[in-house]
Amino acid sequence: MSTGGSRVKKKRVPVPRREPAERIRDFNEVVLGYTLEQAMEEASRCLQCPLNFAPCVKGCPVHVNIPGFLRKLREGDVKGALEIIMETNPLPGITGRVCPQEEQCERNCIMGRIGDRINIGKLERFVADYARKHGIRPEVKIPPSTGKKIAIVGSGPAGLTAAAELRKMGHEVRVFEALHEPGGVLVYGIPEFRLPKEIVRYELEYLSKIGVEILTDVVVGKTLSLRDLLTEYDAVFLGTGAGTPNFLNIPGVNCLNIYSANEFLTRVNLMKAYLFPEYDTPIKKPNRVAVIGGGNTAMDAARSALRLGSREVYVLYRRTKELMTARQEEVENAEEEGVKFMFLVSPVEFVCDDKGRVKAVRLIKMRLGEPGRDGRPRPIPIPGSEFELEVDAVIIAIGQTPNRILFKDIPELKLTEKGTIVVDEKYRTTVKGVFAGGDAIRGESTVVKAMGDGWKAARSIDEYLKTGE
Amino acid sequence: MPKYVITAKRKLAPRVNWFRIQAPLIARRAQPGQFVIVRLHEKGERIPLTLFDWNANEGFIELVVQEVGKTTMEMGRYNVGDHVLNITGPLGNPTHIDMYGVVVIVCGGVGSAVCYPVAKALRERGNKVISIIGFRTRELVILEEEFRRISDEVIVTTDDGSYGVKGFTTDALRSLLESGVKPGLVYTAGPVIMMKKVAEITRRHGVLTYASLNPIMVDGTGMCGACRVTVEGRTVFACVDGPDFDAHKVDFDELAKRLAQYTEEERIALEKYLNTVSRGG
Ligand SMILES: Cc1cc2nc3c(=O)[nH]c(=O)nc-3n(C[C@H](O)[C@H](O)[C@H](O)COP(=O)(O)OP(=O)(O)OC[C@H]3O[C@@H](n4cnc5c(N)ncnc54)[C@H](O)[C@@H]3O)c2cc1C
Ligand SMILES: Cc1cc2nc3c(=O)[nH]c(=O)nc-3n(C[C@H](O)[C@H](O)[C@H](O)COP(=O)(O)OP(=O)(O)OC[C@H]3O[C@@H](n4cnc5c(N)ncnc54)[C@H](O)[C@@H]3O)c2cc1C
Ligand code: SF4
Ligand code: SF4
Ligand code: FES
Ligand SMILES: [Mg+2]
Repeated sequence: MSTGGSRVKKKRVPVPRREPAERIRDFNEVVLGYTLEQAMEEASRCLQCPLNFAPCVKGCPVHVNIPGFLRKLREGDVKGALEIIMETNPLPGITGRVCPQEEQCERNCIMGRIGDRINIGKLERFVADYARKHGIRPEVKIPPSTGKKIAIVGSGPAGLTAAAELRKMGHEVRVFEALHEPGGVLVYGIPEFRLPKEIVRYELEYLSKIGVEILTDVVVGKTLSLRDLLTEYDAVFLGTGAGTPNFLNIPGVNCLNIYSANEFLTRVNLMKAYLFPEYDTPIKKPNRVAVIGGGNTAMDAARSALRLGSREVYVLYRRTKELMTARQEEVENAEEEGVKFMFLVSPVEFVCDDKGRVKAVRLIKMRLGEPGRDGRPRPIPIPGSEFELEVDAVIIAIGQTPNRILFKDIPELKLTEKGTIVVDEKYRTTVKGVFAGGDAIRGESTVVKAMGDGWKAARSIDEYLKTGE
Repeated sequence: MPKYVITAKRKLAPRVNWFRIQAPLIARRAQPGQFVIVRLHEKGERIPLTLFDWNANEGFIELVVQEVGKTTMEMGRYNVGDHVLNITGPLGNPTHIDMYGVVVIVCGGVGSAVCYPVAKALRERGNKVISIIGFRTRELVILEEEFRRISDEVIVTTDDGSYGVKGFTTDALRSLLESGVKPGLVYTAGPVIMMKKVAEITRRHGVLTYASLNPIMVDGTGMCGACRVTVEGRTVFACVDGPDFDAHKVDFDELAKRLAQYTEEERIALEKYLNTVSRGG
C-alpha cells in the first residue's frame, strides 16, 4: 500500500462519477466518492505541513486540521480522522460535497506547486461517508451544563454550527426553524443528486445526540417574537439566511410557469415533486426551459429540470463563462449532462400565450464594459440586438436577499442598504444579546462561510455570557 | 407525541368541515386575517388555511376546510384523535382593525370562514357590521348562526334562491350601496371573480375595500414567490405582504390565471387519490 511512500505522487487519485446519460435519468448522486484504498492513497500524497503553517487550513473558514485528519486517514484510522475534522466542523459529509474547495482549502495546497493539489474535499467526504456506513461516531464530551440558554433562529449551516459549538461549551441550545424540516438551503435548495438528504439528516442526528434541540414549524417573528426569545434565553443567534428571491422587473414576469429558483428547487427537493403524484406537491415538467443566472443556484435548477425530463435546458447569463459564479465542477457537470449555455444575453420581456403561460423569452445581447463597483466587468446591452427564444418554462436564478419575516418584528435591528443584518467584528447586532451570521449578514455566500460565522459567533456568545459584553 | 391533534370535528355542509386542532403556540399569537400552512403527512403538500377561530388559554385553533381537491379531501377524512404532521403560523399580516363606522363584509362560500374572525374583530372595535354571505344553494349555507351573533345585520344569498335572498352577494352589495348605506370599509373574501366584482362596485361608490387574496402558496414565509400578485402594478408576495390588499389595486385576472396553473396536475392527484380510497386504501 501507499502509506509512507518515499516518492511524491504528483497525480490525484481520480474520483469515480456516474455517466451523464445514466445520471440525468434520476436524482441519485452524481459523484460516487473514494473507496478506503483510494482515500488512503490520496491522503498519503499530503506533505504534512506543520499545522501552524499549513496553508490549506488557512483557506478553510472553519479551520479544519487538514494535515491532522489526512495523517490519520493514510494510516487507515477513519474514526481518528473523523474526530479531528469534527473538532471544528460538525457537518463534514455536507462540506466535503458542496464546499468550493478549489477556492478555499485546496486553492492554497502546497502540492499545487509540484503537481495536483490534494483532493481535500473528497477525502473529507470519504471520512464522513465511511463513518456513517460503518456506524462510527465521534466521541464528544459535553461539559456539565452552564445553565445558560441560547436560542438559534434558522437551521441552515450557520445556525447548526453555532448550535453545535455552543452545546459543546455546555450551554443549553434550542434551534427554531420556520420550515417543516431543518437544514436551510441544504434541504430545500441543493438537490439530492449533489447532496443526498439522507446525509443531511444523519449529520443533524449528531446534533440531537449531543443534546441540541431543534423545533420546526416555528417562524420567529410570527409564531414566537424575538422579544419572547430575549426574555426566555440568555442570548439569541440569527442564522435566517438569504431566502427572498429576486424577480426581474420586466413585462410578463408573472406569467404561468415562471418560477423563482427557490420555488422550483423547493418543490423538487423539499417537497419531492419529482416523485409526484406519489408525493402531493406538483411541478411542471416542461420541454424547453430557460434558466436565468450564472451561479450555483442556476446550475442546480438547470440540472434538476433535465432530470424532470426537459428536452432542452438553456442557461442564459449576461456575462461570459469565465465570469460565472457557479463552482467550476458544477458547470462541467451541467455541460456534460447536456445543459446549453448562452452567454452575454439578458431578458427584456417574457411573452405569454392567451392562457397566460410563458411561450418565449425576449433577449438582448450584451457586451462587457468597464468594471462596476464590485470589480466585475459590467454587462452593457447592445441596442437593436433583441431576439426571442421559445420556451415553456423559465426559472429565475438571479439572486436572493435576506429573509425579512423576522425584521418587521424588531425595528431596532439595524440593516444595511442590501437588507443584510449589521454586525460588528464579534457578530453582535445592534440589539443587545442578539448575534447573527451566515447569509443573513453576507447576502448569498457559501455553506462553509456560514459555518465559519456560526463557529466564531459561538465564541463571541460564550464571551458575552461570561462578561455581559 | 403528535403535536397537532384534532380534538373536535363537525361537518358544516356537504364537503365543508370544521376542525379544532391543538396548536398552542399558534393560538397564543393568532390575529384576525392570519392563516396557517398545513401539511398532513410525510408525502403531503403545504396548503394555506385561514385561522377561523382560536383559544390561547386552551391552546387550540379552528379551521374550516372545503374539500376541493386531493389534500382537502384527504383532510376531510381525518377524525377526532388523528393528527396532522405540520402546522406553521400564524402567517400573513393581521387585518387592519380600525373604526370605520359601517363595515360591509362580502363573502362567498368558504370565504365566509375567512371573513368571520375579521367581522368579529371589527364589531368588537365598535363598527356597525353588515355581513353578506353567499352560497350556491341552501344546503351549502354555513356559519349563518355565527355571523348573526357578531353582525348587526346579516344578508344570506343563494344563487338559486333556495334560501335567503336570491342572487349573488354582489347583487346584495349593489342594492345596499344604492339604498344609501355609506360604509367606511368593505371587506371581501371568496372566489376571485366575486372579489373582482365587489371591487368594481365599490370603486364606483368610492368605498375603501380590502380583499383577502388566496394565491397558490408553498412556504408562506416569503421564500418562494409562488404567491406573487400584482398590486398597483407592483409584484408583491401575498404571504408576507398580504393576504389583505386594497381591492381597487389588485390585478384579479392575473390572480385567477395563476390559480389555475396546476389544474392538470391537480386532476391527476385527485384521480389517483380517489382510486386508492375506493380500493379501501
Ligand atoms: C440552490 C443553491 C445552491 C447552493 N450551492 C452551494 C454550494 O454548492 N456550495 C456552497 O458552499 N454554497 C452553496 N449555496 C449557498 C449556501 O447554501 C448558503 O450560503 C448557506 O446555506 C447559508 O447558510 P445560512 O445558515 O446562513 O442560511 P440558510 O441555509 O438559508 O438557512 C436559513 C434558515 O433559516 C430559516 N429561517 C429564516 N427566517 C426564519 C425565522 N424568522 N424563523 C425561523 N427560521 C427562519 C429558513 O427557513 C432556513 O431554513 C447554494 C445556495 C443555493 C440557494
Ligand atoms: C391565504 C389563504 C387562505 C385560505 N384559507 C382557506 C380556508 O380557510 N378554507 C379553505 O377551505 N380553503 C382556504 N384556502 C384555499 C386552500 O388553500 C385550497 O383550497 C387548497 O390548497 C386546495 O388543495 P387541494 O389539494 O385540496 O386541491 P387542489 O385540487 O390541489 O387545488 C384546487 C384549487 O385550489 C387552489 N390551490 C391548490 N393548491 C394550493 C396551494 N398550495 N395554495 C393555495 N391554493 C391552492 C388552486 O386554485 C387549485 O386549482 C386558502 C388559500 C389561501 C392562499
Ligand atoms: S470545510 Fe470545506 S473548506 Fe474546510 S476543509 Fe472541508 S472542504 Fe475544505
Ligand atoms: S497544504 Fe496540502 S500538502 Fe500541506 S498539509 Fe495541506 S493538504 Fe497537505
Ligand atoms: S408562499 Fe412562498 S413566498 Fe409566499
Ligand atoms: Mg393540491
